[in-house]
Amino acid sequence: MLVNRKAPHGTIYALEALEVALVAGVFDQDVSVVFTDDGVYQLTRNQDTQVIGTKNFSRSYRALEDYGIRKLYVEQESLQARGLATSDLVVLVQVVDAKRLGELMDQQDVVLSF
Amino acid sequence: MRFAILVNAGPYTHQASDSAYRFTRAALEKGHEVLRVFFYHDGVHNGSRLSVPPQDERDLPKLWRELAERHCLDLVVCISAAQRRGLLDASEAQRHGKDAYNLSTAFRISGLGQLIEACIEADRMIVFGD
Repeated sequence: MLVNRKAPHGTIYALEALEVALVAGVFDQDVSVVFTDDGVYQLTRNQDTQVIGTKNFSRSYRALEDYGIRKLYVEQESLQARGLATSDLVVLVQVVDAKRLGELMDQQDVVLSF
Repeated sequence: MRFAILVNAGPYTHQASDSAYRFTRAALEKGHEVLRVFFYHDGVHNGSRLSVPPQDERDLPKLWRELAERHCLDLVVCISAAQRRGLLDASEAQRHGKDAYNLSTAFRISGLGQLIEACIEADRMIVFGD
């Protein structure tokens, strides 16, 4: 399970975490990707990075499915706190509350947080 | 126990590299196996052979080097993270037409596959970062 906690821009964590997810998919692993805290912003539609000169990689999250990664979880509390809904996101996700997310983490062999 | 270690933060800015180093050293001294230490994000800077901290400060890249020599540790920096940040070994420097390299010989450059493999093979993957 990969846990994305940070906004898509401002630090490189989101981009480099996405690279880990894609490679994990290539290795045929049972990969789940979680978006929590400001990490939920990684999936928002209509990102425009032109003025900050960084790569807009938000569309790449759609490629996760091609890599066999279909378990995408967004933490409900983080989404609500930021006034977002699933319709604001670039991919289909499962919205889970913090308690359920904790249970899912408990089931994992490995949790990598970024 | 077989540990794998992921270091996500650079030396000095964050304590994470110190904690990772101390954890790795303690695990080895207790007789555990550390099958790989993987350096990602700014963590790749732990592999620099050119760091020169003040004399009264710890030299983390040197500490990693010495630990690796003592225990035959596999220290791996992610190639894409390293290249972004200007950390190259001799052959990568040559391949990209650069006039110098700065990765310590105690470290090797490889891909993210080495991180995933370490996750699969280790009993515990421990992540250090901010």
